Order: sequence, then structure tokens, then C-alpha cells
Amino acid sequence: MGNFSQLVYLVPLFPLMGFLINGLFWKRMPKSMGGVIGCVAILLSFIVSLGIFFEVKNPAFQVEPKVLFDFIKSGDFYIPFAFQVDALSSLFLLIITGIGFLIHVYSTSYMHDDEGMVKYFAYLNLFVFFMLLLVLGANYVVMFIGWEGVGLCSYLLIGFWFKNRDYTNAGKKAFIMNRIGDLGFLVGMLLIVFNFHTLSYHEFFDKLHNSQTIVTTSTYNWIAICLFIGAMGKSAQVPLYTWLPDAMAGPTPVSALIHAATMVTAGIYMIVRSNALYDLAPMALDLVATIGLITALLAATIALYQNDIKKVLAYSTVSQLGFMFLALGVGAYTTGVFHVMTHAFFKALLFLGAGSVIHAMGGEQDITRMGGLRKKLPITYFTFLIGVLAISGFPFTSGFVSKDEILMAVYEHNKLYFYLAAFAAVLTAIYMFRLFMLVFMGGFRGTEDQEHHLHESPAAITIPLIILAILSLVGGFVQLPNLFHGHDYLNEFLAGAKIPAYIHEDASTAMKEMTIFGATVAGLLIIFIATRKAFAVKQFDGNYTGFKKVLANKWYVDELYDTIIVRPIESLSNLLDKFAEKKGIDGIVNGVGKTVKWGGDRLRLLQSGQVGFYIFIMVLGIVVLFTLSFFWIK
Amino acid sequence: MVLLLLILIPLITGIVSFAVKGDGAKALALISSILTLGVSAYVSGANYTAPITYNHDWIPILGTQLSFVADGMSSMLCLLTGIVVMVVMISNVNKDVESPGAFYGFLLLSQAGLMGVFLAYDALVFYVFWELALIPVYFLCSRWGGEKRIQVTFKFFIYTFVGSLMMLAGLIYLSMQTQGLSSYSWPDIVRAGASLPEATQHWLFWLIFIAFAIKMPIFPFHTWQPDTYEQSPTPVTIILSALMVKMGLYAVLRWLLPVVPAGVAYWSDTVVVLSVIGIVYASCIAIVQTDMKRLVAYSSIAHMGLMCAVAFSHSNIGMHGIMIQMFNHGITITGMWLIISMVENRWGTRDMTKLGGMATSAPKMAIAFVIISLASVALPLTNGFIGEFMLFNGLFSGTESNHIVMTVIAGLGIILGAVYTLNMIQKTVYGATVKMAITKDLSVNEFIGVAIIIILIIFLGVYPKPLLDLTSEIASMIVK
Repeated sequence: MGNFSQLVYLVPLFPLMGFLINGLFWKRMPKSMGGVIGCVAILLSFIVSLGIFFEVKNPAFQVEPKVLFDFIKSGDFYIPFAFQVDALSSLFLLIITGIGFLIHVYSTSYMHDDEGMVKYFAYLNLFVFFMLLLVLGANYVVMFIGWEGVGLCSYLLIGFWFKNRDYTNAGKKAFIMNRIGDLGFLVGMLLIVFNFHTLSYHEFFDKLHNSQTIVTTSTYNWIAICLFIGAMGKSAQVPLYTWLPDAMAGPTPVSALIHAATMVTAGIYMIVRSNALYDLAPMALDLVATIGLITALLAATIALYQNDIKKVLAYSTVSQLGFMFLALGVGAYTTGVFHVMTHAFFKALLFLGAGSVIHAMGGEQDITRMGGLRKKLPITYFTFLIGVLAISGFPFTSGFVSKDEILMAVYEHNKLYFYLAAFAAVLTAIYMFRLFMLVFMGGFRGTEDQEHHLHESPAAITIPLIILAILSLVGGFVQLPNLFHGHDYLNEFLAGAKIPAYIHEDASTAMKEMTIFGATVAGLLIIFIATRKAFAVKQFDGNYTGFKKVLANKWYVDELYDTIIVRPIESLSNLLDKFAEKKGIDGIVNGVGKTVKWGGDRLRLLQSGQVGFYIFIMVLGIVVLFTLSFFWIK
Repeated sequence: MVLLLLILIPLITGIVSFAVKGDGAKALALISSILTLGVSAYVSGANYTAPITYNHDWIPILGTQLSFVADGMSSMLCLLTGIVVMVVMISNVNKDVESPGAFYGFLLLSQAGLMGVFLAYDALVFYVFWELALIPVYFLCSRWGGEKRIQVTFKFFIYTFVGSLMMLAGLIYLSMQTQGLSSYSWPDIVRAGASLPEATQHWLFWLIFIAFAIKMPIFPFHTWQPDTYEQSPTPVTIILSALMVKMGLYAVLRWLLPVVPAGVAYWSDTVVVLSVIGIVYASCIAIVQTDMKRLVAYSSIAHMGLMCAVAFSHSNIGMHGIMIQMFNHGITITGMWLIISMVENRWGTRDMTKLGGMATSAPKMAIAFVIISLASVALPLTNGFIGEFMLFNGLFSGTESNHIVMTVIAGLGIILGAVYTLNMIQKTVYGATVKMAITKDLSVNEFIGVAIIIILIIFLGVYPKPLLDLTSEIASMIVK
């Protein structure tokens, strides 16, 4: 023992090699071979990550950046390509490689009939590589490398079925929206360099703590807000969230891995990593909380009336990410990380379950045409139910513990925010049970042909579902409140990365805790009965009118962006091209050319060849010169 | 002496080439370009110890000497010229051109001119090579170009020639101000320029800068460029965009910034504003282009705009970033043109609305195209990122007024760049397959050419240290 953190470079190296092998030989590689290479690469990373995790858990562990090579060096501006192993990064390593591995295994079955399977695994491994760089980096530049890299993989995988223009549009939209956020990230980095002359976490946070340089609170706020703009893009927060639902165009395991469990939580990672900065930037923190709350509510309302199984889950993800930012915004960093972890379990489970359903339904994603699947897909049904219970906050599931912690933290910070967040939590339970009832309960509403082909998925799909279901059930025990005889293991662990724990227990909290507990049980019971009545049905009409239609159409935000941003830019560009460029600047240039030519033609006429005319001009010139010199000399 | 080789190899083989017929010219050009690359690699390598110089009397009565110096910046640009010309020759192996002797002859002469420009340490020598690099291009465009070539070449010629003459006037004026007998040597010119009264420097700045501004090109002196790129045969477009635009920027760094410091200080804000406007302006126009060549032409204006803005923001990291970016932009855009020419060759059009499905019909080409495009939008771990990141740092910490506003506006180029580049990828690589005239993925020589580009893109993106080390000294010298 004691050597795993020295081998940290292996963690991203395995997926990189997997990518290179599958990427370079994709033409000759047999499909199953490609899948095996992809899975093994992640499994090896997972094993090393486990070793690192236990090493970090040891209190004697020293956090020390490990420099691999000089990346950018110019004068005193120095960015090493360096990794930092600490509690925070090692926890993310486990989530990424652990859940990543399960999803890779799942994919071997899910993508088996796709001709691009080897390419798919190459992309997926590349994604894991970049995601690992993102969390392992010891400075913001390495984080940024991973940050844009995962964006690239997301782009490639959303548009994986590239013959469909809608899919490639969705990929493009994701990339461009993320680029808007990335500009914020970049400007944030520039501000840090400008004020602190470093981008490495160590030096930057040290300088924050013993601030000899005179940096104003407004500068801190600006840096924090710029970084948060980056987080808004990557973690799909208002106003940069509309790419995530569209990203569902990609294969379902991709949605589970990238657009639920890992990549979209990068924004949370970034803020937790920079917690020393955010503590000095109260305004930015308020903004984080507010944006998180708005996102949680907005996305939850939209999810209520979506008919595409993946869209419901996508909006649910957006909403849950909002919860995480809300937690960060009230200073409960460890709680945010905790929800990242539990959410990774149950949202990956739900997406993979949805994939199993879609698989069984022959590609159908419309929940109005499903129903009663519990009999034909028992494992999927049962695991999905666990996922629904977890996300709805059923007592003692992982989702209950983490969401409860968020609500408690918010309660102490701002009562209004608490009630609104609690309302969003209620909405969460409603849309999830609606989804569950429409898919698994009631009667089948699809075609006979689909009904005939219904079958449970193979082991490569169901085993990951079962593992994730277990994790979704018990994952909360690492942070169970004292009231239920739990212990804050996670807080203790994360303290190793200098992340202040949100202390959520004193005498008065027990009362609140019990109230939330009781309210949750009662609420869920009511929601269960109500949704069962409304949605466990034989016939279901998915068309909505009035306000419901506004929600079903996502508050028309896409249309709004189209009108106020996309089309004006297009018009401006056309105007510049047709008018300013061709008529304006080029017109002037050509005009100058024509004038010279015209002038030349005129001047040519002076060369008449008549000596008398020349003499006349000469005399005239002499007279003019004399006159001028006469006046000027005076 | 070895510096002379850099100029003489392409010059002599270029002249000989006019007499060679058929494939012989192609082979001669290829061999010549490989030799030149070898020499330029040697020159760059030597730079890590001591820069190579060369001096010889030329026209003493005018006070001019054949004087060449290969410092970090010069040898890097010579290396770039060597690589780009060789890649052009390699990827042209399977193409036939009319009267190849003359075609390759002009290309090589232009290369000789470029080498001279990058090495010249004497203003008059610099001017002579500047014209030597340009004149073959006029011939190449007007003879081997597209339909509108005559008109377009004429405009290009007038534009650049006017600029060149103004520059010549400026340089002659400067040489007359030197101590004692008139001299064109770089140190004398710098000394003379720096001691001129401020008011003189203010107008002298524009006299010299216009030529470089046209060459880069900087908004609003750019309108010759999209037309010329569009109409030129691909090898010429590559020479123009990968190398000649660098000639403009290089000239700013060597023959403008140190020469008229007061003029530069006075006009910096203006140039930065023009450059930043150019970034957004050109990016917007690129969005609505349907012709691939025009799209890349406008994207190049945007990229050069960023470099030029940083050149006038006077920061160490920014200057170092320009060095890196000059090289990287040259590599990336060469790859871009190679792919576009292959597209045109196979589908018979560059109109993106008529293309699609490259990923299915020519997957290798598609992968290469995607990687090159990603380098063009400066994705991390490609070469484009290093330079752009340093440039933005430079612009942000620079001396221009409103440095934060300027950086953010320039930063819009990052977003708009993603818009037009991904549009191009989507329309050509993805979607339903459009039938090709010649159904063929990359041929062997095309593969080699593209592979060189991609290896450089990724190597320099992951490990830019060799390039950074080569240029760090000269970058900090220019800023001082």
C-alpha cells in the first residue's frame, strides 16, 4: 500500500489507451472485442481508483500535486500538466470509473446491433479520459482541458447517429451553449492570473487565505461569477440549460453516463473545488443559490408534462442539478457533493432502466404508448421503482438522505428558498410517479407488434441495473443523520480536501428532521395514490391545452432564444455579408479603383501632343508658383 | 552560409523547374522542399545554442548588405515554411496541373522569397524578398486560378503593391535618417526610427503599417483576401494563408514595433480596436458563407485579428503566444485547405449545401477533417489551444485601454468560431450521403500529408515545450 497515488497517471491512461486502440483499429476490430477493450480499460481505472481512495482515506495521507510535465511555460507564467489526488478528486474518480464501468458493460449489450459499436466505445473511453483529467487536474487549465474535452465527447456522442440532422443539430447546440459557458470560465481564469499570477489550486487558495495582495470583494465576486457561468453551461443551469434535453438524441447509456451521472456534475465539482474563493464571494454564492433554485423549479414544472421517457429524465436531471447548486449556494459544499453521488446512482439507474424499456419497446420512447410493462420486464420494473423511490426521497433511500440534507441547509439560510425547494421536491415525486405509472402500471397502449416483442433485457443490462439499485437504496448511509443513528462519514472524508462540512445537527434539528420525515411519508403516499388513479390507465391522451400546453412546450424557451438570439445573429451576419462587406468596404475599394481609372482617363486627355498647349500650361504654372511664393514668403 | 542555402535551394530549383517538363518538375519540387525542410530544421535546432547569422556586401553605395539572422522567430517561421511547402508538394503528387514546370517553379520561387523575408536583417533585402515572394503568386493566381481569376488577381496585386510601395517609401525615409552614411541594416534602422520626433513617427507608422495590415489582413483592409483565396489553386491558397499572412505579422513584430515605438504607442489602441472589430465582423460573415473556401478565409481573418490585437497590447505572454500561434495557425489552416481541395476534387463542389455524408463515404478524410476543425476552434490538447490561451492572457494583461472589454469581445470569436466550424462539419461530414464523382478515401500521398498535419496538431497541443523554448527569448526581447 501507499503507492497508488503515485500511479494516479494510470487512471486516465487506461481509458486513453482504450480509445487509441479502438479508435485506430475501428475498421478491423470485431464488435465484441471493441466492447471488451472498452470495459477492461475502465475496470482497470476503477481498480486503481479504489486503491487511491483507500489510501486517501488514511489520515496520514498528504495532498501533493504531481507534475507530469511542463505544459505552458512563458517567463514567470507557468502551467504544469499536474494532477492532484485528494478526497474530492478520489471520490469523483470512484463515481466516474465505477458507474462508468457499469455503463460500459451495459453498452456491450445495448449497442450490440449498432454498426458503429467500436467507434462508440472509442468515444466513450475518450469521454472517461477527459472526465478524469477534469477532476484530477491540479490547476484550472487541466480542469479546462477536461472540461472542453468532455464537451467534445458529448458532442460526438449526441450526434452519434449522424445521418439524422436533428441529432447532429442537438450535438451542435450542446457544444455551442457550452462554449458560451466556457468563455465565462476562460475570463474567470484570466482574472485569476491577472490578480494572483497563478492558476494552480494550491497557490491560488494559499494566496486567498493569506491575502497580502489587495484584492477587493468585487473582484472575488467577478471571478466566482465568471467561473459559475462556465458551470451554468456544463451543468445545464438557467439560462444555459436547453441543450441538455436535446442531448437525449444520443444513445441512452450516453445519457446515463454523460448527461446524468458525470459530465453535468462538473460544474458542481468546480465550485466545490473553488470553495475557498466562493466563501469570499457572498454575492456570487447568492447567485448560485438563486439560479439553482430557479432551475430546480423550472425544470420540474416542465418535466410534469413531457411524454418522452428520456425527456422527463432529462428535465429531472436539470432540476436535480439545480438542487445541487442550491446546496452549494447556501454554503453546504459537502451536501452538494453528496447529492452528486446519490444522484449518480439513481439517475444512472433510471436512465439505464429507461434504456431497457426502450430496448424492449423496439426504440419507442413515447410513454403514452407504453403501460403495464411490469409483467414483461420484472427486473427493470423493480429496479426502476427503487430509482423512483430514491429520487422522490422515500425515507432511508439515498435520495432521501441527500435531499433532506439540502433542505435542512436551505432552511437555515433562507425560509422562502426552503419552501420553494420543498415544492420542487414535491413536483419531483409527482412527475416521477407519473412516469412510473404510465410506463409500468395500467394497460399496454402500444401496437400489437410491440407487445409481442416485449421481453426482459439480457444479463449485461440487468446486472448493472441491480447493482445501481442497491447503491440507490443504501448509498445514503454514508451520511445518515444522527437522529437515525448515522454518522457523517462523507463529511469527515471530504474534510481531507479542506472542504468545510455543513454541520446539520443540533438539538432543534431533530424536530425539523422528524417533521420532514413525516411530511415526506405522507406526501409520497398521497402522490402515489393520486398518480396511480390518474396514470395507471388503459387509455391515455398525451395532448395538453392551456397552461399545461405551455409546460409541455417547455415554457417556449427554445422559441424565445431562437427569436432573440439565433435569428438576430443570422440577420446581422447576412447584413454584414451582403451590405457592409460587399457594398460597403469592397464597394469603397472598388470605388477607389474606378476613380483612379476615371482620373487616369481624364488626365490622358491633357497629353494632347500640341506644343502650344504645353507652353500655355507651363506659363500658367510659373505664374501660379510666383504668386504663391510671393504671398508665402511674406 | 547555411542560411543562404534556405534561400538558394528553392531559388535554384525553382528556376531550373521552368525548364523541366511533366512529372520531373513535380519530383524536383518535392525533393527541393524536403531538402529545404531539412536545412530549416537544422537552423531551428542550432537556435537552441546560438542563432546563425550571415553577412555579405551587396550594394555598398546604397548602404545595404546581404544580411540574414535566424533568431527564434525567424527560424521558427522558416521551419513552418519548410513544413508547409513540403506538405503541399506531397499532397500534390497525384494531381496534374497545366505546365507543371512553371507552376512548381513559381511555387518554389515564392518559397525562396518567404525564406528571405523571414531571415532578412536589412531593410532593402527585406523589401526585395517581400516582392520576390509576392510576384510569383500573382502569376500563379492569374494563370492557374478559378473563373474570376483575372479580376481578382488584379485587385490583389493593386492592393498589395500599393502597400509595398508605401512601405518602401517609409524604409527609404528611415535609411536617410540613419547616422553617417545611409544604412538599411536592422539595428541602424531601429536606432534611426526610435530617435525620430513623435509627430514624424505618427505618420511614418501608417506608411509602413498599411502594407502589413493588408497582408495579414486587418479589418478593413481585408477584402482582397476571400476572393483571392477562393480563386487561387489550393497550393497557392495554402502559401497565401499559412505563410504570407505570417509575413505580415512577422513584419509588424520585426520592422514596425521596434522601429517606430512612439508611433506604435500612439496608434496601438486604434489597431487593437480595428482588430477586435475584425474578429467579430469576420466571424459573423463566416457564419453565412456556403462556400467552404470563403468560410475558412473569413475564419482566418478572425484568427489573425486576435494575433494582431495582441501584437499591439505589449505583453510578454501575449507576444510569446503570437509566436506559437503563427506556427500553429499555419499548420492547421494548411490541413483545412488540403481537406477542402480533396472535397472539391471528389464532389466537384465546395458548396456546403450540396455536400454531406463524408463520414460514410470517406471516413478517414472525415476524421481528419474533424480533428483539424477542432484545432481550428482551439480545443484543448490541440495546438490551437496553447496559442489562443496565451493570446487571451496577453490581451487581458496588455496595455491597451479597456483591456477587459476588448478581451471579452474578442472572446466572442471563440463562440462564433464554434458556430461556423461546426456548421461546416455538420453540412459536409454528417447527414445523408451525397454521391462522389470519384469514390475514394484518402490516397497514400494525401494520407501522408494529412498525417503530418495531424501529428503536429496533437503533438504541439500536448507538448508545446519545444516551440515555446525556441521562441521565448525573442518574444521577451520584442516586448522590451
